[in-house]
Amino acid sequence: MWDYSDKVREHFFNPRNAGPLEGANAIGDVGSIKCGDALRLMLKVDPQDERILDAHFQTFGCGSAIASSSALTEMAKGKTLDEALAISNQDIADYLDGLPAEKMHCSVMGREALQAAVANYRGETWSDDHVEGAMVCKCFAVDAALIEDVVRANNLTTVEQVTNFTKAGGGCSSCHEGVEEILAKVAGERCTAPVPEVKTIEVTPPKAKPVQPRLTNFQRMRRIEEVIESIRPMLQRDHGDIEIVEVDGRNIYVNLKGACQGCMMEQMTLAGIQDQLVEALGEFVQLLPAGLLARAAIPA
Amino acid sequence: MNPIYLDNNATTACDPAVVEAMLPFFTEQFGNPSSMHSFGNKVAHALKEARGRVQALLGAEHESEIVFTSCGTESDSTAILSALKAQSGRNQIITTAVEHPAVLTLCDYLEKEGVVVHRLGVDKKGRLDLDEYRSLLSPRTAIVSVMWANNETGTIFPVETMAEMARSVGAMFHTDAVQAVGKIAIDLKSTKIDMLSLSGHKLHAPKGVGVLYLRRNTRFRPLLRGGHQERGRRSGTENSASIVGLGVAAQQALDHMGYENTEVKRLRDRLEAGILPRVPRSFVTGDPANRLPNTANIAFEFVEGEAILMLLNRQGIAASSGSACTSGSLEPSHVMRAMGIPYTAAHGTIRFSLSRYTTEAEIDRVIEAVPPIIAQLRKLSPYWSENGPVEASEQGFAPAYA
Ligand SMILES: Cc1ncc(COP(=O)(O)O)c(C=O)c1O
Repeated sequence: MWDYSDKVREHFFNPRNAGPLEGANAIGDVGSIKCGDALRLMLKVDPQDERILDAHFQTFGCGSAIASSSALTEMAKGKTLDEALAISNQDIADYLDGLPAEKMHCSVMGREALQAAVANYRGETWSDDHVEGAMVCKCFAVDAALIEDVVRANNLTTVEQVTNFTKAGGGCSSCHEGVEEILAKVAGERCTAPVPEVKTIEVTPPKAKPVQPRLTNFQRMRRIEEVIESIRPMLQRDHGDIEIVEVDGRNIYVNLKGACQGCMMEQMTLAGIQDQLVEALGEFVQLLPAGLLARAAIPA
Repeated sequence: MNPIYLDNNATTACDPAVVEAMLPFFTEQFGNPSSMHSFGNKVAHALKEARGRVQALLGAEHESEIVFTSCGTESDSTAILSALKAQSGRNQIITTAVEHPAVLTLCDYLEKEGVVVHRLGVDKKGRLDLDEYRSLLSPRTAIVSVMWANNETGTIFPVETMAEMARSVGAMFHTDAVQAVGKIAIDLKSTKIDMLSLSGHKLHAPKGVGVLYLRRNTRFRPLLRGGHQERGRRSGTENSASIVGLGVAAQQALDHMGYENTEVKRLRDRLEAGILPRVPRSFVTGDPANRLPNTANIAFEFVEGEAILMLLNRQGIAASSGSACTSGSLEPSHVMRAMGIPYTAAHGTIRFSLSRYTTEAEIDRVIEAVPPIIAQLRKLSPYWSENGPVEASEQGFAPAYA
């Protein structure tokens, strides 16, 4: 159960200004059913001085979404539209003596409803401009969308850099994998080399599978070469290339060159080619960067 | 007002007999079962007895097939990682989209490491398509991991049939039976299941103890290496008190198996029959004809689960929800989404899970409590007006960025 403040509980159990509002002349609908939050804010605005005479809400959402909506209507009443627009999501959270980090988006939704209602009153159209991402770092309340933006804008490549820029990852360490995923995703966009499909290998049901005759060493080498050759044009188109360095039993060592080398997609590229080799040879082989060959040669 | 606990799929209360049996192992029976003196000897004897009781509950052929672990999650990880390591040339996993995170998160991780993972989808009632399963089985399948019963809906999967199919291509079969053990009869010796996970705290034993059933002659690699405990299959000094507790709990579960499948089931059905007609736009999720006797998962459309739980909690009723908010994530339960339950309903799913301690008076109190709570929240909901959902129309509710 969330650690809600008494104020949040109180506003949830006894929401103020709930339900439709007769004669409302400013209505803001925001939220997302996918995220499980949606809010309709209804205001009655005095046309003379744009003062908010009354405010009501209807909310689909969790305890803090309902409490935030209730707080918002209380805060907005008596203010002019411009004064109300100055209410920030932190103001709403403060009014409730704080919200858990994961629930701050409930207060964001309240602020957006206000903006939407004012736009509605003024005959403007309001469009939401914030993209909400899943919370990645819970210690410092940093979400995926923010991390992605910062990584992209600053060309970040390591978790340490992300921590320096956003604080994300500087606490309990539990989100480092999540941050790495975002780094890999953005790096993947930078590197345009095609990734051979990893998951689309045709799986032949066992009975339909013809018994593959054992390949001779020569045939096996040829087949490995054929697979690699068939992949090269794709890589070359993106200024990359691949060459076979050594075949040692199950281990096939290759050099990835050019745009592919060192890029975050290297692992995935290798895995994809490996699957094609496994398919063509009918046996399990491992595709490894040639760098490992040097290391393997040094006696432990 | 006494609190009512209907969240037994999350965890259960320790049976008083379990607690009593455990207590001496914190005091005079503190010995290390590996030691060569009488302190250790007595403990070793108690562990053997517990092992035999778990064996009986699972219908395992050999006592040595029972490996004690620290939890269900450890058993799941051990089984899947072992199957990959012990069988070179096989690098594929078949699982389902509705597994517990103990399996799904591990598979996501392994996928990034290059393992090929197939996740079987489910239909609207949470059922698997066995033809699809058959088509995925191949000589590359290292392991099939399919839960015996789903923790959210209670839906039971045909694991015995699926294990036979896996055997026919030489793949190992593992089942996460954390929710099934103790609730439905299991007889492993008459199946082709190679590995099974269970967790003590779901059957009135303490938290932090589990079991991996490992069929004799199954290729295996341990997760934890070290001493020779559990015949080297799971090193680390045994959690003797908890293992003894689990033994007693296993015995009790076996003794109450009939009660669970008659009386507990009757109370569960009474709960559903009491709530559904009184709450419009509510329905049972999963496969009602084929599920655990103790689980009822009800979707209440156009209201949000956490809000329902908070209002239930105020009346001393404990249950759980598949809504996004209760987990702090931005999406509702993966099980509900896999079944294609619309978002408006998925956020409002409530799981009531009973136990042999649940009484009829408690069920009747819950039946009284639920309909007014849903009505109260629907009054607040912009998707609902007076007697039904707001139709998508001029006045309809269509929020920006929905
Ligand atoms: C189906 C299932 N598998 C695994 C687990 C995890 O068990 P444990 O908490 O003992 O690690 C649970 C418990 O929530 C479960 O319901």
